[in-house]
Amino acid sequence: MTGPTKKTALLKTSGTIAKKSARKAAPSRVAVFVATRKGAWIFKGDPTRKTWSADGPHFLGHIISQIMLDPRDGKTLLAAAKTGHLGPTIFRSTDFGKTWKEAGRPPAFAKAKDGKRGRVVDHTFWLTPAHANEPNVWHAGTSPQGLFRSEDGGVTWDAFSTINDDPTYREWMGAEQDGTPDGPKMHSILIDPRDPKHLYFAMSSGGVHETKNGGQSWDVLVDGLEVVDGFDANTITFHDPHCVRMCPSNPDRLYQQNHCGIYRLDRPSTKWIRVGRKMPKRVGDVGFPMVVHPRDDKTAWVFPMDGTTVWPRTSPDGKPAVYATRDGGAHWERQDKGLPQAQGWWTVKRQAMTADAKDPVGLYFGTTSGELWASRDEGKRWSNIARHLPEIYAVDTADLK
Amino acid sequence: MKVLIPSPLRPYTQQREVDAKGATLGEILEDLDRAFPGIRFRMIDEQDHVRPHMRFFINGEQVFDMDRALRPSDEIQIVQALSGG
Repeated sequence: MTGPTKKTALLKTSGTIAKKSARKAAPSRVAVFVATRKGAWIFKGDPTRKTWSADGPHFLGHIISQIMLDPRDGKTLLAAAKTGHLGPTIFRSTDFGKTWKEAGRPPAFAKAKDGKRGRVVDHTFWLTPAHANEPNVWHAGTSPQGLFRSEDGGVTWDAFSTINDDPTYREWMGAEQDGTPDGPKMHSILIDPRDPKHLYFAMSSGGVHETKNGGQSWDVLVDGLEVVDGFDANTITFHDPHCVRMCPSNPDRLYQQNHCGIYRLDRPSTKWIRVGRKMPKRVGDVGFPMVVHPRDDKTAWVFPMDGTTVWPRTSPDGKPAVYATRDGGAHWERQDKGLPQAQGWWTVKRQAMTADAKDPVGLYFGTTSGELWASRDEGKRWSNIARHLPEIYAVDTADLK
Repeated sequence: MKVLIPSPLRPYTQQREVDAKGATLGEILEDLDRAFPGIRFRMIDEQDHVRPHMRFFINGEQVFDMDRALRPSDEIQIVQALSGG
């Protein structure tokens, strides 16, 4: 099956029109992969990251949960897709999206024994390339919660470890109505760059989990995490991590945006510290995305959301802002220059904010109202890359050599 | 046997109507999947249940039973349910 139609357009940011020939070429460019409710786009920046060209839509009309480039080969793209009517699948491209082929066997739960009610993958939600020494290996998290692995670059997928059918894990995963409004999620699959057998994952709901033996056994990592008032933190089902990230410069440091605050964990400790207590009280520390600096484990970014009353899931007071810490969460700084100063009633989903590896670091987020924003200076100033896209579900970057 | 393909599945078949072989509706879908890999899973989930918004008609009659026996002259229509907004 070949790829859907796509169009290319030259865009401008901050009023600057692209001038290809006038700039000295930098060693690499950044590509931003945008997954939306109605398709996927690839934005390619010039070497200065001031102007961006849009390549898309790919899979127009498909619900794309994530589109990601394999950093190990620099050419394999995977896209997790479904439509409102058709079942879920994964598409794969090895020519940067010119053509796509469907996975031969997408993630799917085991068939239930006669008389038992089996689970059905509604969509693949999360994609993670495995360790650098495991070429072609990918992990995927689904909704409802399932953990899958491909060892052939995303062509065929099988259950990874036994948790999908483990009675204890099934209890912790809860029923489908226990999860987020569009289904409970398996997410934040993190690989220790020092050891391919050391992995983490998180479940909304169902807590954070760690294996040190390649998935043969798992430990729960919820100590220190709070749960909603009135519930028992000892019950794993009540734990709702929204997004967990591992610091590339220090894999022993994890940051987490949880339903109940922002946390940091420094291994070998198993106790999360609620660093979100230092956020301004008026803003709070509820949100979905979590972004870490590629080279500095003290720096991280969040995008707070209104989680009061009925959970409006908008920017607090309609004033969107990123918050950055430069000291591991002891202090937080508001970063809203260039963003709407009022009447900005959107927010950012858990996969829809990310960083590149440049210096200074570029930050990118996509909004529930279909806007793509970028900062070339680690959040000090923001500019808009695209408007009028469908609701954005995920944003990822890659360095194009 | 003639099978009418709905537009969301035509990226697989490239045609509005295709031929498939089988003694039952279930066998027809398996034959379609051999010819157009992946198409069955978009309609039938891993528990062998028809996905919520897919419908099958044989000679205009809606059918839910995958074991429904077919005659060579039967015409099968696969339909995307009129749901959503």
